[in-house]
Amino acid sequence: MREEKLSVDIENIVKKWEGKKGSLIMILHDIQNLYGYVPRATSLQLSNYLEVPLARIYEVITFYHFFKLEPPGKHLIQVCMGTACYLKGASDLLHELRDILGVREGTTTKDGLFRLEVVRCLGCCGLAPVVKVDSKVYSKVTKDRVADILSEYEQEAAVK
Amino acid sequence: MAKSIQAKINDIFIKVPEGTTILEAAKSVQIKIPTLCKHPDLPPSASCGICVVKAKGSNKMLRACCTPLDEGMEITTHDPEIVAIRRSVLELILSNHPNDCLICGRNNNCELQKIVADFGISEEYFPKIKRDLPMDDSTKAVVLEPEKCILCGRCIYVCQDMQDVWALSFLQRGIKTRFSPAGDITLAESPCIKCGQCSAHCPTGAIVEYFDVPKVWKALENPDKYCVVQIAPAVRASIGEAFGVAGKNFTGKLYALLRRLGFKAVFDTSFAADVTIMEEASEFEQRFVKGTKPLPLITTCCPSWVDFMEKFHTDMIEHFSSCKSPHEILGVLSKTYYASKNNIDPSKIVMVSVMPCTAKKYEITRTDEMSASGYQDVDIVMTTRELALMIKQAGIDFMNLPDEESDTILGEYAGAGVIFGSTGGVMEAALRTANYFITGEELKKVDLDVVRGLKRVKEGEIEVGGKKVRVAVAHGMANVEYVLNKVREAKKAGKELPYHFIEVMACPGGCVGGGGQPYMVTDEVRTLRAAALYEDDKTKAVRCSHQNPYIKRLYKEFLEKPLSEKSEKLLHTTYKGRPIYKR
Repeated sequence: MREEKLSVDIENIVKKWEGKKGSLIMILHDIQNLYGYVPRATSLQLSNYLEVPLARIYEVITFYHFFKLEPPGKHLIQVCMGTACYLKGASDLLHELRDILGVREGTTTKDGLFRLEVVRCLGCCGLAPVVKVDSKVYSKVTKDRVADILSEYEQEAAVK
Repeated sequence: MAKSIQAKINDIFIKVPEGTTILEAAKSVQIKIPTLCKHPDLPPSASCGICVVKAKGSNKMLRACCTPLDEGMEITTHDPEIVAIRRSVLELILSNHPNDCLICGRNNNCELQKIVADFGISEEYFPKIKRDLPMDDSTKAVVLEPEKCILCGRCIYVCQDMQDVWALSFLQRGIKTRFSPAGDITLAESPCIKCGQCSAHCPTGAIVEYFDVPKVWKALENPDKYCVVQIAPAVRASIGEAFGVAGKNFTGKLYALLRRLGFKAVFDTSFAADVTIMEEASEFEQRFVKGTKPLPLITTCCPSWVDFMEKFHTDMIEHFSSCKSPHEILGVLSKTYYASKNNIDPSKIVMVSVMPCTAKKYEITRTDEMSASGYQDVDIVMTTRELALMIKQAGIDFMNLPDEESDTILGEYAGAGVIFGSTGGVMEAALRTANYFITGEELKKVDLDVVRGLKRVKEGEIEVGGKKVRVAVAHGMANVEYVLNKVREAKKAGKELPYHFIEVMACPGGCVGGGGQPYMVTDEVRTLRAAALYEDDKTKAVRCSHQNPYIKRLYKEFLEKPLSEKSEKLLHTTYKGRPIYKR
């Protein structure tokens, strides 16, 4: 039943795919590009508009690793757990990050500043262990450097 | 006629119709291929892999549950290698299944436990992986314990395809796959209608009813309380299955049993079904003859259907009978009519009901009108399965109990009241009385075959006073849409209505196939249970609700007449739209 009005942004996305069967994934793609994740409120609107049960939408969102259900956070921290980084102590770095930020991998800090994620090999094993924040790569990171790296971004946020 | 297939299973020559699965074909020559995810009531999901067999000339294992037998196939169902593979499948399933069997709701009644016992598995081959998934008892009707799930997919099929509710789905994938409402919400916040079909089909303890037996024992041992009980029509036709007897009516033994358990009065929901009919048939007469409210009239005895409509079909509210379900009517009458006639303080009465249904646990607090007596009209709801457990706990030899009678003024029922437990039964009972209300004459033949049986949607015409009454009966929530859409289309086009009267029950087969009934239901079992109810009806001297002398007495002494002010206050309810998702 098309009762609820869609927000303009979402309406544009849905219109783009209207009438094409099997477009749910493409619509979700576009929504994630817009917001950085798929908000529940948007899924509920979509379910109503497309007459696709919310349960089906969540089956798709949670099946594919690509889709996120939470806001992405201002900065993305990726800890490499590839073989070389792992052997050079990446799990210590991960534990340190978890302790300082108070979040587990795959989640975002309460203030929305950092999202913590684990990745498999960033392709620069010579620099192991590697931590990447947004597009900047930190090489040969040690546990005691973790707090310093984070403070760069915290200070930057405080200035703004 | 379907083409037939010739093949061999374990060197036995076999000829079966095309399309027969290897599993069914093997069964026809007395070979039992073990299954786990396959439920005889549902299409195969082919998820567990227990039923693998070998086909000569192929190096692939085939799943017998979903592979049709092919011309010339030579199948081997059992050899040491196949048995070893099946064993490994079970060991893998056990690697993330809790070992809490002794304290699980399905202990001794679990399909996984049984097959593991058959394979004599006595040690854990793989290290245990504990899934940290929380239990969810938010609905107080159906309880989810996802850690016990073996991912067979039955509940998903039942919830999405059979019931069209879509409360449950598989989320994530691979080793993280779990069943859950969409997103991190509770079942009570989801579209769940509490029908409990998921629990009736679950092979393990991953979905069970909310367990109310301890509450019943506690009430029974309290000397300040006056415990009374009612049994629903469908319970008498299925309780025997818990003791190995199917398709037999155990009404008399149930009355005796409940008295022995300590209930001070034993009532029958079928009596209240007769009351429902008096009210609902009067509503129908008003709408059909006087046009007071729009037709079609839609039945509302089924709390899951009411919940489904309040979430998905709110445009139908004006068509809903305002009459409460028999279950609630018996509750309110026990704390008003019965209490005052017997000088019992209604605040001391504990009304326990035994129902084939998990949604009745929800119904007792659905609206404030469920406390029309001034107290909660029904206090505790037990399913048929829970009663079977109570019988065992009480040490009563149920099958050899003498037959007894129900307690008077809320126990004696007409045949019409007892067929409420089957799909089509409410319609049939209502038409018997509506015909009398409209024409002043009795039906010559009270058996209305057109609304009986397991066809998904039954449509027919019954002549009442020279006019045709067009009826539709749907059971299984997924079959409702067809009927409602026909009404919507006719209304929109300003055409003649397709139906005057519609009966809906959420569970396939009606209450006999209810979510709280004994496990392993199939259409064969549903038919047997329904037959026991129709037989009860047939052998009753009084078969129409309005002829029941106790019903006449109730109206004379207490309610005055159907739809009187008092009836409206005590026996009727209202409906409102509810959000499909609470968040």
